[in-house]
Amino acid sequence: MLAKRIITCLDIKDGRAVKGINFLNLRDAGNPVEMAKFYSENGADELVFLDISATEERRKTLADLVLKVAETISIPFTVGGGISSVEDVEILLKNGADKVSLNTSAVKNPKLITELAAKFGSQCIVVAIDAKQLHDEWIVHLLGGKVATKINLFHWAREVENRGAGEILFTSMDHDGTKNGFANIALTKLSEEVKIPLIASGGAGNINHFVDVFDEGKADAALAASVFHYKEISILELKSELKRNQIPVRL
Amino acid sequence: MKIVIIDYGAGNIQSIKFAFKRMGVEAILSDSKEEIRQADRIIFPGVGEASYAMQKLKKSGLDTVIPTLSQPVLGICLGMQLLCNSSKEGNTQGMGIFNVDVKKFEGNIKVPQIGWNNISNLKSQLFEGIPENEFMYSVHSFYAPLCAEAIATSEYGIQYASALQKNNFYGVQFHPEKSSKVGAQILSNFLNINSKK
Repeated sequence: MLAKRIITCLDIKDGRAVKGINFLNLRDAGNPVEMAKFYSENGADELVFLDISATEERRKTLADLVLKVAETISIPFTVGGGISSVEDVEILLKNGADKVSLNTSAVKNPKLITELAAKFGSQCIVVAIDAKQLHDEWIVHLLGGKVATKINLFHWAREVENRGAGEILFTSMDHDGTKNGFANIALTKLSEEVKIPLIASGGAGNINHFVDVFDEGKADAALAASVFHYKEISILELKSELKRNQIPVRL
Repeated sequence: MKIVIIDYGAGNIQSIKFAFKRMGVEAILSDSKEEIRQADRIIFPGVGEASYAMQKLKKSGLDTVIPTLSQPVLGICLGMQLLCNSSKEGNTQGMGIFNVDVKKFEGNIKVPQIGWNNISNLKSQLFEGIPENEFMYSVHSFYAPLCAEAIATSEYGIQYASALQKNNFYGVQFHPEKSSKVGAQILSNFLNINSKK
């Protein structure tokens, strides 16, 4: 039976790990390769590296980091942040990333999804969608949630599926950083709209939130950062509790 | 021991090389027929689309070399599928080592299957010391149905063959190189398989 996945996200800036709180107020949280090793040995099913650097060297710094991570860990990992071309993806996959995640670049140029899926296969193309509710409608946001679009979340989810994305990573900006639980109603609706796996992100605060996101939210995977980074939740304890609640996990 | 990973431009082969490196063994990437024939162990990887990958193999002539190999060969993911009779993906003719036709997942399940699924009904030296129902990481939309050559099975909507063996040819649908310690054990078992060569 396919297990529900627990994914840890590491925000990366200039080759170092940081943790954004509500996408603001960054603070340094360690060496990303060491963190990756720790998580891969302590129950994480997958890792996501989200690069937020803005320097000219960012491409090379990120490619170097990906190579070091691939050398070190033996679980799958996804790399995202600023990916906007076939060449960007080629370098990251060649250096050992299993998947790449697109966000703003996919909204600005949806054909990129089609192109990447055709060249590298859907299995390695994740589309990350940040959205929040505006006047009762879920609206896609760009640039880490700062800029609103006019695009409806569910329409966009269907389009990225049709264009060949292999997975959707959905972050609710309304829930992110609140520690009040995931956006289970929107997630359930998403899972009715698309047939590709859904990763839920934003809102994890305690173990029950994870039980709910799988039971009520019908998510295939749940992603969190700070609750794991600040050791508020241990992944192994979380998984034991999920198992006790009859949710299939890899333990 | 000389380990060759067949490099025909299909997918993430760096990870397999690194998995062996973590075990303290070096694997080389090669598309040379000579080098492949002389290897003690051969890894036949594959990520991407079946007909495109098969085209690449044909172009290099490797499609006629691989079926003649006598040393242990391990096909991974699409590599395993290309060793089957055929695949529905792009209506591809395979190399016909495993007598089974690869189909697409259908029904009320998410496709692709992405994540950790357990492997059961384990047979063969490849799984020596591996307990039943261990979790392995897989990413795929197509699968090999249950058949006489199945040496492991998994469930995703239906029961399917998650590993196959015929003589010196082994195939796994999952990615041992991405499946933590258990995956590394399977790769190590593959290196330890008794073989004539």
